[in-house]
Amino acid sequence: MRIERDVIYIIIVTLFLMVAIPWTMGQISEDIFFEWPFFFEVAIGGLLAGVMYSLVALGFVLIFKASGVFNFAQGAMVLFSALTLVGLNELGMPIWLAIIATLVVMLLLAVVIERVVLRSLVNQEHIILFMATIGITYFLDGFGQTLWGSEVKTLNLGIPSDPGFYFDGKILINDFDLVAALLAGVLVIVLALFFQYTRIGRALRAVADDHQAALSVGIPLKHIWVIVWAVAGIVALVAGIMWGSKLGVQFSLALIALKALPVLILGGFTSVPGAIVGGLIIGAGEKLAEVFIAPLIGGGIEDWFAYMLALAFLVFRPQGLFGEKIIERV
Amino acid sequence: MTIKRLKTGIIAAATISACLAGSAAMAMESQFIGSLVYRTGPYAPGGIPWADGFADYIELLNARDGGINGVKLELEECDTAYNTDKGVECYERLKNKGSTGMPAVMPLSTGITYALLDRVVADKIPLITSGYGRADAADGRVFPYVFVPPATYWGGADIAINYIASQEGGYGNLKGKKIALVYHDSAYGKEPINTLNTLAEQLGFKFFEFPVPHPGLEQKATWLKIGRQIRPDYVLMWGWGVMNATAIKEAAAVGFPRDKFIGVWWSGNDADMVPAGDAAIGYKSLQFNSVGSDFGIHQQIRSELYAKGKGAASSVEGTGEVAYNRGIQSALILTEALRTAMAEFGNRPMTGEQVAWAMDRLNITQERLKEVGADGLFDPIQLSCADHQGKGRARVTQWDGKQWQAISDWIEPNLNMLRAMYEKSAAAYAKEKGITPRDCK
Repeated sequence: MRIERDVIYIIIVTLFLMVAIPWTMGQISEDIFFEWPFFFEVAIGGLLAGVMYSLVALGFVLIFKASGVFNFAQGAMVLFSALTLVGLNELGMPIWLAIIATLVVMLLLAVVIERVVLRSLVNQEHIILFMATIGITYFLDGFGQTLWGSEVKTLNLGIPSDPGFYFDGKILINDFDLVAALLAGVLVIVLALFFQYTRIGRALRAVADDHQAALSVGIPLKHIWVIVWAVAGIVALVAGIMWGSKLGVQFSLALIALKALPVLILGGFTSVPGAIVGGLIIGAGEKLAEVFIAPLIGGGIEDWFAYMLALAFLVFRPQGLFGEKIIERV
Repeated sequence: MTIKRLKTGIIAAATISACLAGSAAMAMESQFIGSLVYRTGPYAPGGIPWADGFADYIELLNARDGGINGVKLELEECDTAYNTDKGVECYERLKNKGSTGMPAVMPLSTGITYALLDRVVADKIPLITSGYGRADAADGRVFPYVFVPPATYWGGADIAINYIASQEGGYGNLKGKKIALVYHDSAYGKEPINTLNTLAEQLGFKFFEFPVPHPGLEQKATWLKIGRQIRPDYVLMWGWGVMNATAIKEAAAVGFPRDKFIGVWWSGNDADMVPAGDAAIGYKSLQFNSVGSDFGIHQQIRSELYAKGKGAASSVEGTGEVAYNRGIQSALILTEALRTAMAEFGNRPMTGEQVAWAMDRLNITQERLKEVGADGLFDPIQLSCADHQGKGRARVTQWDGKQWQAISDWIEPNLNMLRAMYEKSAAAYAKEKGITPRDCK
């Protein structure tokens, strides 16, 4: 993959600002506490949180790449997969078997979505497919809770959540965040390779460009859609497992989709590496802003700052950092 | 033949009319109760047990006593999903139901409470907000239709500081201590700030505020500031839903001691502790009701309802949760107000206005609590025309990994200080709305 020169410049400037602004704030305001170990603690915490955001953003990217549709249901899929996993586990299935069974359920879900919803919408306007995913969202939210109940459920994978001290005890990094980021990172890399170097990956990209053209050169659209929704389902399950063990499996899991949106805006809707870099920048950026800027304006800026940061990137890269440049001639 | 037919027709018509009139009279005998609940949506885990507790107590009265003084209770739920617009819709849908309309509304949400403030005055339906809503509605002179027993957020903030003082060996030792508040960045979460600022000024502790944007899924930056930078002596929490468990987990992640972390009653549901797992052990929460299911009232609910398959909860195990017991408490407040109203106006369905009259005179004594099997479960409540809060007491509980354990007696807030604050705020509201406070002498 070739990275454009202006993207590299933007990333370098961003990294510089991420260090310079907190340091400057620390010098000019008594309300801001700045020490290098604390700065790194916040930055690393943000990067690790960012990988978790990437994990959710990835599900959106997969579907968008293959169908040009923003899958509103990705958050609901995270909730549904986690509810199914914990529900099966509570029925007495060992966790490994429950994970396999949930994978099968997500695969079946992909088949059903393709058969019932998508098949009849081939070559329709993207907005119609988008509206269909809103319908899928409400169905999955309701069906998941009807099936498995609305109570909060625990998902304990035995990952320690104690504070870990590194670099002579100067920097605190939570072990759970470290493990979660590692797992998410592995998944992201596998998917990036899958899209870049496999036949299916190429077919997916072709379908994204033009349904009709892809069909005309013999790419089986319905199979591709099933595959991509199944892969998005697997990503949703991994996100559900990681976020579910962090927050408990409950309706609020569906809301983590909100954390992925600024990542998509920043990274671009069509790029797996964009989701990774976007997640890292949003994660670190919002945490640094909350700690080193927020005290001056009353705090609680983390969420909207992420969107502001993403929009600032759009000024320089309207298609997102790694998004495809669309040139339509009139 | 014709005359005979006519006679038969008249008799049949009279019989049918009599039957219809009789059934109408019987229908009139039942007291309609509308219940705004949230069994769906992101906050359902906290809303379901409350709704179950409320429904079970109403059903217990029907099953055991045939209602109140022979007046059967007819409960209808409307699901708000904790949405203000849906809450107002539910209120409008239920307010005129039954023969006398809804006798009181318990919206279970500060947002819905604010949206209903003007409507309930126009409709003459008492608005009962137990442990939420507008704290200054404790001034019954300005808010004749709003009632806030058993406690308010301002009182809760004072009780938390009172408890911390007791842990530190007295109020004098709070000077120079650091106390932080992590709060849901909403009208609800901001409620205790004024009280805590006032107390910080009076007692000399340093007060830090940490707003958490809704829904509170990500709090790492907040907790790095708390745990690694400010390092307060105590942290208070006014959280809601998923924010509570996340905060407890993040507190553990930065090594902040959970026994120095105290939440308000809405940050102390069993459902909040489950996802936090072992990280929640030692965490404390204020409660205005006791926990557990060993009280007489629970035994009656089990034998009258659950043994006969009529309970509202999916399993009998949920019948001792904090939120479940809080649901019973709300139902008890309403039904005791209905009893008080019936004692004055007769044994028939009551109107909202009659129940408001009764709420002004509500007196749930220790003896009455013993009679209903809730001795020790709730604190007695006595209201008056001017005082719509009562003593406002709460106790501190601690999570042991499985359930809440009471670790303090009922703590009374500084009522003199609070009353002055309520009156000042209520007077400002009255001025803004052009309300002439009623005379309660």
